[in-house]
Amino acid sequence: MSSDPGLTLLGLHRFGLGPRPGDLARIGGDIREVMRAEIAGKQVASIAGVSFASIREAAPALRDFSETERMQREVRVAAAQPMQGPAPPAAATLAPAAAQGTVPPPAAPSGAIASPQTGPAPARPPPPEPPLPQRTYREEVLGRVHAMLEPLGGLSERLVAFWSNHFAVSVNKGNQVRTFAGLLEREAIRPHVHGRFADMLLGVEMHPAMIFFLDQQQSLGPNSRAGARRGRGLNENLAREIMELHTLGVAGGYTQADVTALAHMITGWTLAPPNGQEGIPGTFRFNANMHEPGEQLLLGKRYGEGGFERGKAALADLARHPSTAQHIARKLTRHFVADEPPASMVARLAKVFRDTDGDLQALSFALLDSPEAWSAPATKMRSPQEFLVASARALGRKPEIGQILGPLNAMGHPIWQPGGPNGFPDSVAAWASPEGLKTRLDVSAAIARQSASGIDPKGLVEDIFGPAASSETRQAILRAETRYQAVAIALMAPEFQRR
Amino acid sequence: MSGHHDHDDGCEAMTPSRRAVLGAASALFAWSCVPKMAYAAPGARDPRFVVVILRGAMDGLSAVPPLADPHYLGLREGIAIPKDGENAALPLDGFFYLHPAMPNLARLYKAQQAMVLHAVATGYRQRSHFDGQDVLESGQMGPGQTRDGWLNRLLEVLPAGEAISRKGALGIGVVPPLVVRGQAPIVGWAPPVLPRAGDDLVMRLMDLYGQRDPVLAKAFAQGASIEKIINREGMAGQRARGGPDNAEGMRLIAAGAAKLVNADDGPRVAALAFEGWDTHANEGGATGRLAGLLRGLDGALAAFETGLKDRWKDTVVMVVTEFGRTARVNGTVGTDHGTGTVAFMVGGAVRGGRVIADWPGLKLENLLDQRDLKPTMDLRAVTKGVLTDLFGVSGPVLAEKVFPGTAGLAPVKGLVV
Repeated sequence: MSSDPGLTLLGLHRFGLGPRPGDLARIGGDIREVMRAEIAGKQVASIAGVSFASIREAAPALRDFSETERMQREVRVAAAQPMQGPAPPAAATLAPAAAQGTVPPPAAPSGAIASPQTGPAPARPPPPEPPLPQRTYREEVLGRVHAMLEPLGGLSERLVAFWSNHFAVSVNKGNQVRTFAGLLEREAIRPHVHGRFADMLLGVEMHPAMIFFLDQQQSLGPNSRAGARRGRGLNENLAREIMELHTLGVAGGYTQADVTALAHMITGWTLAPPNGQEGIPGTFRFNANMHEPGEQLLLGKRYGEGGFERGKAALADLARHPSTAQHIARKLTRHFVADEPPASMVARLAKVFRDTDGDLQALSFALLDSPEAWSAPATKMRSPQEFLVASARALGRKPEIGQILGPLNAMGHPIWQPGGPNGFPDSVAAWASPEGLKTRLDVSAAIARQSASGIDPKGLVEDIFGPAASSETRQAILRAETRYQAVAIALMAPEFQRR
Repeated sequence: MSGHHDHDDGCEAMTPSRRAVLGAASALFAWSCVPKMAYAAPGARDPRFVVVILRGAMDGLSAVPPLADPHYLGLREGIAIPKDGENAALPLDGFFYLHPAMPNLARLYKAQQAMVLHAVATGYRQRSHFDGQDVLESGQMGPGQTRDGWLNRLLEVLPAGEAISRKGALGIGVVPPLVVRGQAPIVGWAPPVLPRAGDDLVMRLMDLYGQRDPVLAKAFAQGASIEKIINREGMAGQRARGGPDNAEGMRLIAAGAAKLVNADDGPRVAALAFEGWDTHANEGGATGRLAGLLRGLDGALAAFETGLKDRWKDTVVMVVTEFGRTARVNGTVGTDHGTGTVAFMVGGAVRGGRVIADWPGLKLENLLDQRDLKPTMDLRAVTKGVLTDLFGVSGPVLAEKVFPGTAGLAPVKGLVV
């Protein structure tokens, strides 16, 4: 099939990560074949430059880090007791105000809010090594963004980002999620992005990042052995979001009684304690003492006694529920094609999901083979993360961590840090707001200042738009008064922002 | 340009036949020409109205604890707010108290510039945050209709020529809250994180968007319009510190919004959101996690009072959340999603110093589904009352355009001075 420049660019924007210099020529033929080959080969990047191979390494390391912090805090408080004396020693991560006398150590368990960038400190000691959770987060973010610079097509990475937002956690929750969010994506999402939805679902709900994020580790069956003893009880947060967000969808036909039933069935899905006597500290553990006994009724189906396997069975049933197929099909089409997704395409994808028992590779093929996906105009707005990656690829840059975190924070799209478990928004209205667009221009200007010196505007147009550039965009870039302006306009052009 | 919005000055030109031709897309716009007769004269007041949304469902029973309710203490073991001693609750009317982290609100209440509405809820009776927020902000009867928000539609029913609709609604944040989104113009602001791009670049892009992309052109033009005030007020050099879930971030957001809303050539209505209220675990009582958030909100209210200066007397700041939380503490010393909760009205235009509540009581059989504070007042009736008194919008217009389907829900009277 001969190449159509407009179709190639649409494919790279809609399903991929955007062209790098030379990519348009490299593709030559049909962009759909590039994407199909990626899916057929189940090509998914592995992330480089990260400290922890798995949660089995990261969780004990976080336990040790927290222990050390706690001890240092106690030492500092003890030292501050006898005299109203000097500021705490150099390692001070404590606010200066807390050095006054007998202030107790800040109680900061799971609920604490870690602020990513606090204001400039009044004193200026040498910048300390960022603590473990922050350092791990930065490594994971850098690894993820750099992985997105590699593929020619990039549909797999787009799908990883889609599922990561579907199963959203936020590092604002505290040190645990900050340390584990990248691992959640690497361990529970990437391995299944061309596999089965049910496996991804189970992997996510058992992952310490999700368990911490939705407070599942403390949820006790009211009639369990531990529940009766401690007088604490159920937390239905994770169960509710599993049904509302992860599987059935909010209109998927469940009730408050179903939420409570599922919450009962996953009581005991918790984490191994720090002492190491019940498995690697901080990794998933089923604690039968916390599990609610007795039969449960979920969506009209009876589940007998059964411990851990019962919760797994409930998740498997939710994964193959028709409402789940509909929910996923609609969300996927909405993400890739249009805010108001074509009904025919949603129906087709839902059917593929049902017929294949949630085979995500089959779903990706159905997505690529949908005629609607190639005829709908480019009305979606690139998300800030997609925009940042596309601009790095377009300019052949490999951004440093500061060039990633700052701009994404400014544009309201920091990685693994949405406002809530429903993830970031996915609509034009959300991303093309007046303030959002203004901030996007600020980011484009900053990128242009950093990278314009060696760039030939004419070559840039050919590299990132080719023959598909509109004459207005071409003119606006070529008539810019400086290289800096030309680059900024190219990044802000409708052809670059839309997909 | 799509061409149906260039009649700002031309209500007369909108003959009925023309309106029929333009069809549904411009129906809302056409409405803005009608009100000449649909409004009581708003008088000399040039009001300001700010909506603060607390995302995550604020625990109303901790923010405004009913300490005289005999069932309160029993339900709230570990998180109850004490009546006496250190960090004691601040007295309001003898039955209701205010959380000790909110001294500014208590002061404004005493000065009759703050009002508490208790056991309120929207019409939404499920327990999804996101649907709950959508209903709260869209002003629609149910979830799933997120095309525009009720504050935006308010602007569309106000007389087109007046400053309030001309200046648009201010939506704080890179992603503005749904409540301000819609067809009426919106302007945006967020505490900036990066240096701003130059004017020449802005003009070149406006030109390009004008030729190629009307949607981006419109958003961009609206963004540029508020730049003038930002520069004049010296806000351009400020940088963000902390987000909308932290006390300093809340204060900065409120201070910035107040400056923009205070300006004569700025927007008259604004909406912003504070986050982090979903206290499922370790909620805390007089101190702790929720207390920190309430302290942030309290500081933000003080920043509004300071920043709005002479306009404070004409201001209503309305603080609302999508729903409340369970009456009983849960298994993780927090609370789960509930229903009834509190709303605050703060400002010089508020007929304050009152707690308005038809208190349902916390006895088990009086709770909704035996778990939530039962709502006895509809938040939409409250909001309609404020909009009637502050802007002179008539009840039928509100029930048709701003909160569709609420004709049976009478506006609560007498909330505004």
